[in-house]
Amino acid sequence: MSNTNDLKKIKELKRKSTRSNVIWTVFVFVLLTIWSIIVLFPFYWMVLTSFKSYASYNSEYIPRFFTLHPTIANYIQAFTAVPLTRYINNTVIFTLITTILMMIVAVLAAFSFSRLDFKGKDLVFTLFLSLMMIPNELVIITNFVTITDAGLRNSYLGLILPSITSVFYIYLLKENFEQIPDELYKAAKVDGTSDFKYLWKVMIPICRPTIVTVLILKIIECWNSYVWPRLITDDENYFLVSNGIQTIRESGFGRENIPAMMAAVVIISIPLIVLFLIFHKKIMEGVSRGGTKG
Amino acid sequence: MFNKNNLKGWIYLLPALIFTGVFMVYPLFDVLVYSFEEGYNFASQTYNGIGLFNYSYVLHDPYFLQALKNTFILVIITVPFSTGIALLISLALNSLKKFKDLFQTIFFLPYVTNTLAVGLVFMILFKKTAYTDGLVNLLLNSMGISSIDFIEGPYWAKMFVLCFYTIWIVLPFKILILTSALASVNQDYYNVARVDGTSRWRIFYRITLPMISPSLFYLVITGFIGAFKAYSDVVALFGTDLNAAGMNTIVGYIYDMLYGNSGGYPSFASAAALILFVIVLTITVINLLVSKENVQYQ
Amino acid sequence: MKIVLEHLTKQFIARQGKGIVTAVDDFDFTIPDGKLIGLLGPSGCGKSTTLNLICGLEVPTKGKIYFDDLDVTELPPEARGVGMVFQNYALYPHLTVRQNIVFPLENLKGDKRLSREEMNEKVMEAARLVQIDELMDRKPNELSGGQQQRVAIARALVKTPGVLLLDEPLSNLDARLRLQTREQIRRIQKETGITTIFVTHDQEEAMSISDMIIVMKDGALQQMGEPQKVYNDPVNLFVAKFLGTPAINVFEGKIKDKGLYIGEDLIGERDCDDQDVYVGIRPEAFIPDKKGSFRCRFDRVETTGRDTSIVCHNEQCISDEDVRAIVDADAQLNNKDGIIRFSLKPHKTYAFSKKDEKAL
Repeated sequence: MSNTNDLKKIKELKRKSTRSNVIWTVFVFVLLTIWSIIVLFPFYWMVLTSFKSYASYNSEYIPRFFTLHPTIANYIQAFTAVPLTRYINNTVIFTLITTILMMIVAVLAAFSFSRLDFKGKDLVFTLFLSLMMIPNELVIITNFVTITDAGLRNSYLGLILPSITSVFYIYLLKENFEQIPDELYKAAKVDGTSDFKYLWKVMIPICRPTIVTVLILKIIECWNSYVWPRLITDDENYFLVSNGIQTIRESGFGRENIPAMMAAVVIISIPLIVLFLIFHKKIMEGVSRGGTKG
Repeated sequence: MFNKNNLKGWIYLLPALIFTGVFMVYPLFDVLVYSFEEGYNFASQTYNGIGLFNYSYVLHDPYFLQALKNTFILVIITVPFSTGIALLISLALNSLKKFKDLFQTIFFLPYVTNTLAVGLVFMILFKKTAYTDGLVNLLLNSMGISSIDFIEGPYWAKMFVLCFYTIWIVLPFKILILTSALASVNQDYYNVARVDGTSRWRIFYRITLPMISPSLFYLVITGFIGAFKAYSDVVALFGTDLNAAGMNTIVGYIYDMLYGNSGGYPSFASAAALILFVIVLTITVINLLVSKENVQYQ
Repeated sequence: MKIVLEHLTKQFIARQGKGIVTAVDDFDFTIPDGKLIGLLGPSGCGKSTTLNLICGLEVPTKGKIYFDDLDVTELPPEARGVGMVFQNYALYPHLTVRQNIVFPLENLKGDKRLSREEMNEKVMEAARLVQIDELMDRKPNELSGGQQQRVAIARALVKTPGVLLLDEPLSNLDARLRLQTREQIRRIQKETGITTIFVTHDQEEAMSISDMIIVMKDGALQQMGEPQKVYNDPVNLFVAKFLGTPAINVFEGKIKDKGLYIGEDLIGERDCDDQDVYVGIRPEAFIPDKKGSFRCRFDRVETTGRDTSIVCHNEQCISDEDVRAIVDADAQLNNKDGIIRFSLKPHKTYAFSKKDEKAL
C-alpha cells in the first residue's frame, strides 16, 4: 500500500465504492417510494372516491385523481341508507366487552401461572402451550354447533363468548409477569399484602406496557373479525362492520353506488387508523413480539 | 398452607380453564367425532353410521378439489414472493438513516386495516364495469395492453389480484419482523467486513443472511400456515359465493359446508378441516426439518 | 508503516438537541513505524473514534491521515490495508475458526486473489502465530474469551495489514486472562513488526506493554511518549492523576518566594511566581524521615505482599482517598503524637497551575 504506484488503483477503488454507494442509495429510495405508493394509494383512492358524487363518479370513464367538487352526500347516505351506525355500535360493544373480559381472564391465568404454586401447574401450562398450535378452523365447527344449540345465534353473548379464549395473550402476559423479581412478591407477603392486591397494585402497574400492547392487539383483532360473526349472525341487527361491509357490497344502496360504499369503508377504517397513528410504536413492538395476522 | 395455595392457583386459573375447555379442547375432540359420523343430520342431530365416508365425499367433491388447487397456487406464489419482497424492502429500510421511521410506519398501515373494507377498494381498482375499465386497466392500456376483467374475468387474472392483495396484506408483518432482525445484527460484523473489503453481495449472503435465517424461517413457516388459511381476503375481492366465482379456498369450503347456501353439513366441514390440518402440519414439519439443516445460527 | 495525523478533527451532531460534540480535536502527531502504541483515556474521550478514523470507518471533519507518505483520508477502509479487532471480537458465529480467518482472503479479487493452497498456508501461519491452530474447526461459541480474542487477531492479521488496530482488546476478559493476553499481544506485535495501536481505558494495561502511550481527554490529546517518561513527567494534573496505581495524592498548595508549600510545610522549590497551586505527590515519593518537613496525621499501616502503605490524613489533601504512601517494608516509622513526618523525592513531586492545571 505504501507503494505510490498503487495510488491509481486505490483511487479507482475509491471511485468504484462511491459509485456503488450512490447506485444503492438511489435504488433504495426508488424501491421504498414505489412500495409506499402501492401501500398508500388504495387509501387515497378510497377517500377520494368517497368525496365524488355518484353522478360524477359514473361519468368518469377515465377516473380523475382529484375532485373539484367534493361532496359529503355519500357519507350522509352511508349513515341513512344502510344501518352503518348499528354496525359500528355492535362492533364497539363487541370489541369492548370481548377485550375487557379477555383481559381479566388472561391476567388472572397469567398470574396463576407465573406467581402461584399449585400441583399440576407445569402440566396444565404445557397443555396450554400446545393449544397455541391448534388452528381456529378446527374448533370453529363445534363452537358453531355449541352456540347454535344454546340458542345464542344473533346475540352479543354468542358473538363474544368464543372470542374471549386467547392462549397466546395468556402466554405473553405470563412471560412478562415472570420478569418481575420474586423479591417484590416476598416483600409484599411480609407486609401482609393479599395476592389479589399484589396483582392489582404491583404487577399490573409494572406490566402496563405489555398489557396496553395486548389490549391494542385484541382491539384490532376484534374490530376486524369477520369469520365468526359471519357464521353466528344472519340478523342485520347483530352485524359487525366486516359483515356490514360485505352486505353493503352485495346488496347495499340498492344499486352499485361505489362512492357511498367507499364512504362506508372510510368510516369503518378511521378508528383503527387513528389508534395506529397514536400508538404506532407500541403496536409495532407488540406485533413483532409475536402477533400474526389472521 | 399448601392446600390453600393449591386451591388459590386453580381459582385464578378457573375462568381461563372454562373458556379454553369449552371452546378449544372439547371442540378438538368433537371435530374428530363429527368427521367420522356418516349422514349426520344437523336438525335432528342423528347419524347413521361411523366411517370414512365424509372424507371420501370431501376428497371427491369438485368444489373441494377446486379449493385445494386455488389454495395451493396461492401458497406457492405468495409465500416466496412476499418473503422475498419483504426481505428486499427491509434491507433497503435498514440502510436508511433518515425517514426510516416514516417508511416503516407507512408500510405497517395495511396491518391495521379491515381486510374486507380495503378489499373492496382493491376490487374497484381492478374491476371492469360498464362505466369504467378501472384504474389498473387504464394503466395497462397506457402500456398497450388491452383491458382485462380481474374480478369476474379469466382464472389467472383473478388469481393475480388475489395474490397481489394477499401479499399487500401480509407484507407489513414480514417487513416488521425482518427489519427488527436486521437491526439486531451487531454493527461490528458489518464494520469488520468492511475493513476486510467484503463486497456488498458477499456481506449479504455470507453474513446478513445466516444471521437473520432464524427470522426468515419463522416467516416462511408462519407464511405457509397463514396462506393455507386464506379466506377473508378472498371474500373481500370475490364476494361470499366463492364456489360460483371458482375462487374458493379450503377454509372457505369448510365454512360453506357449515353454513350458507350449501351449509348444514358439520361432518363434511369437519373432515375438510382435518384434511387442512394434516396438510398444514405436514408442510410445517417439512419446513422445520429443512430449517434445522439450514438455519446456521441460532 | 508510520501513521501521520495532520490537524485531524471529528465532530458529531449531538444526539439530543442541537450542538456539536468534538470527539477528536485537532490531532497533529506521528505514530512511528513498527511500534506498539497504547491509546489511553477515560471512556467517552474519543479513543475509539480516533481508531475508527485511522481505520476508515469514519470520515474526519477536518484534517488528513497519511500512511507513510500516502494520503488515505478519503480512502474506504478496505483500500487502506488495515486489520481491526473489535471490542466484542465480532467473530461470525455461524462460521468455524478457519472460515472466520480465511474470510478476508476470500474477499480479494483480481491479481491479488490467492489459490486455495496459498490461502490455507496463510491461515495456518496466522493461526500458529496466535497459537490457535488446534481449534480450527470449532465455532466461536465453543471457545473461551481469550481464544476468541486470538481468533479475531488472526483474522485481522491474515492479509498482513500495514497497521493493526485493537479496540479495547482486553476489556472482555477476566483478570488472569488479561495478563496472559496482553503478553500475547506484545509477543505477536514484536514477531510481526506491524505498527499496532490499541485502545484502552486501563492505564496499567497500556503502561505495561506499549512502546509509546497517547493520553487523551475529552477529544483532546494530553500527552504522548514512552510510558515511563509520561509517568515521570506528566504535563498536567489530568495525566498525573490518570496514570499510576495507587493514584497520585493531590493537595492544595502554594508557591511563595520560590518555595513549594502544603499548608505551612515547605516541601520543595519551584522557580515560579507566587501563586496557589495543586501539588501532586506520587505514593512512592514519600520517605519516612524524622527530620522531614511534610507532616501528616498517622492513621494505619496496610501491608499487601511486598508493599507497605502508610495511610494518613492531611487537611490539604483533595484526592478522593486519604494520603497514601508506599514505603520500604523495613522503613522506620517515626510516629510521634500521631504525627508522621516525611521527606519527599523531588522528581516525584509536581506542582500544577491552578489556572490551567499545567505542570510548573
